[in-house]
Amino acid sequence: MNLHEYQGKELLSSFGVRIQRGIVAQNAQEAVAAAKKLTEETGTGWHVIKAQVHAGGRGKGGGVKLAKNLEQVEEIAGQIIGMDLVTPQTSAEGKRVHQVLVAEDVYYPGDSEPEEYYISVLLNRGTGKNMIMYSTEGGMDIETVAEETPHLIFHEEVDPAIGLIPFQARRIAFNLGLTGLAFKEMTKFVTSLYTAYVESDSSLFEINPVLKTSDSKIMAVDAKVSLDDNALFRHKDLAALRDLREENAIEVEAGEHGLNYVDLDGNVGCMVNGAGLAMATMDLIKQAGGEPANFLDVGGTADAARVEIAFELILRDPAVKAILINIFGGIVRCDRVAQGVIDAYKNMGTINVPIIVRLQGTNADIAKELIDNSGLDVMSATEFQEAADKVQQVLA
Amino acid sequence: MSVLVNKNSKIIVQGFTGSEGTFHAGQMIEYGTNVVGGVTPGKGGQTHLDKPVFNTVSEAVEKVGADTTIIFVPPAFAADAIMEAADAGIKVIITITEGIPVADMIKAAAYIKDRDCRLIGPNCPGVITPGEAKVGIMPGFVFKKGKVGIVSKSGTLTYEAADQVVKQGLGITTAIGIGGDPIIGTTTKEAVELLINDPETEAVVMIGEIGGQLEADAANWYKASGSKKPVVGFIAGETAPAGRTMGHAGAIVGGSDDTAQAKKAIMRECGIHVVDSPAEIGKKVAEVLG
Repeated sequence: MNLHEYQGKELLSSFGVRIQRGIVAQNAQEAVAAAKKLTEETGTGWHVIKAQVHAGGRGKGGGVKLAKNLEQVEEIAGQIIGMDLVTPQTSAEGKRVHQVLVAEDVYYPGDSEPEEYYISVLLNRGTGKNMIMYSTEGGMDIETVAEETPHLIFHEEVDPAIGLIPFQARRIAFNLGLTGLAFKEMTKFVTSLYTAYVESDSSLFEINPVLKTSDSKIMAVDAKVSLDDNALFRHKDLAALRDLREENAIEVEAGEHGLNYVDLDGNVGCMVNGAGLAMATMDLIKQAGGEPANFLDVGGTADAARVEIAFELILRDPAVKAILINIFGGIVRCDRVAQGVIDAYKNMGTINVPIIVRLQGTNADIAKELIDNSGLDVMSATEFQEAADKVQQVLA
Repeated sequence: MSVLVNKNSKIIVQGFTGSEGTFHAGQMIEYGTNVVGGVTPGKGGQTHLDKPVFNTVSEAVEKVGADTTIIFVPPAFAADAIMEAADAGIKVIITITEGIPVADMIKAAAYIKDRDCRLIGPNCPGVITPGEAKVGIMPGFVFKKGKVGIVSKSGTLTYEAADQVVKQGLGITTAIGIGGDPIIGTTTKEAVELLINDPETEAVVMIGEIGGQLEADAANWYKASGSKKPVVGFIAGETAPAGRTMGHAGAIVGGSDDTAQAKKAIMRECGIHVVDSPAEIGKKVAEVLG
């Protein structure tokens, strides 16, 4: 589960990580009030208005702007709230902005030039340990840094039994070229950051940029935080931060019914049991000349009620020209699934796209007979290739 | 021969009296698997499915000589169950549980690292040696005895592959479901290595999916081993978009290295017979075995 920048920053701050301060606003008036309050509290003269959506590259799409007075705060907040923000990480239609973060200006002049760094915390899947990945090249796309100047990216792996050791925090600060107050600030920053990561059961922290201000404070100017969905049961407060407006409505609805659904752009819907088989089925659809319209794992049960919901979800996409159901019956008996398909079909009346049902495994033969004798416009198959051929046939 | 589990394995079920544990333990016993008991803390001394229930894994090791466990314990307590099994001296720990927090698995993986045991999973269908032991949730009848080993991240895709292999008139030595989570106990490389070193296994089917480096590591190991045993490979998720998790927590394309195309290219370079269509796994196995 992803958090908004302002939520991520609040989380970090609660563990003692210094952040660029800000107040979230739902409209232009709230933004002005927030700006005034922030000036009182921090003394900031200028304000940064930042769109709060779950997508990176917000600045590139015009979702992050500097306001030099309250009139500009009102004007910019008014422009950004309600816009469909297009960034390199969104679709071409963009993402609707519902709120902005009004943040203090932290790039003020002083004794030294402000510097930007990159710090993330994530799981190293190869070793099964968490690591801190960091770079002197802050404010840039880290993939670009990895490609062009890989020697400027450093890693610090954390022993799960011991946690981040002080010398590791010092090494990070040294490698970032810091001295004096900024050095001390950085060791404190990474230590609190790692504590926040572990305590919140996060699966990714990406702080880009981490800023050294002109008076040598180290702070998070942005925060991308992803939480481990499997651990939300022990973080009810964090689970409550979920913003359903940021998620695909069909996927949310599918999740409520215990279905694992991912919306895609293709023309052949599919309904499969098991994630691996579902991906393989999508691949087969493509090889048959179609494009998968979704990923859908119906899980271990596929009764009429579930199949009906799955049909409804898939058919909401007008681009769907055919549906392929691929179930490998193990513990789930194929004849039960077949009956589920037939009942769901009958309950729904007419389904205007061809349906191909491939049932294999326990009682596959009985299932095929049930489908073939149902009188419904459903094609049955038992072999994987046969199903692919039928998809090709209906798309032709 | 076979690997990991056989007719002599002494198997216990952790989470024995829960609904999942009860159902699947029943299926395992019906298959003929040597289930010697189960563990449910607080229910020790009872009998369940005609087998003894113990409070702790150590008690099960002591009283019935358990050497293998299958874990159905709910996600919040599963890492604890894994560590308890390792501490008790269980050699093969097969974890079916889906949805274990990553932080818990980081701890469990570190805990078992220097202990003499092997973890399979979590979030996996288990391990089956046809005709000898079914230690998992797979439909036993699909797996006929034979000479092909299977390694897979996915449950139903394993059944699909086994079914295709059997329909070619061949059979399975051992099928190992390694699981689809970001942290798993036994990697693709380790599972492939076990099967390549098994004298009874004549060919290996390796089924992977997008995300991570496991298949590339296995392919590089295979090439370096110089083994003459053919390996047939398939990678699911060619059509999956980048940055989206496809069901399995670990199945996500992060960078250019973990796309299906990149993995298949490495596997081909390493001498693995890669099929692009999941419908051709069985045919390819028959072809390479001549």
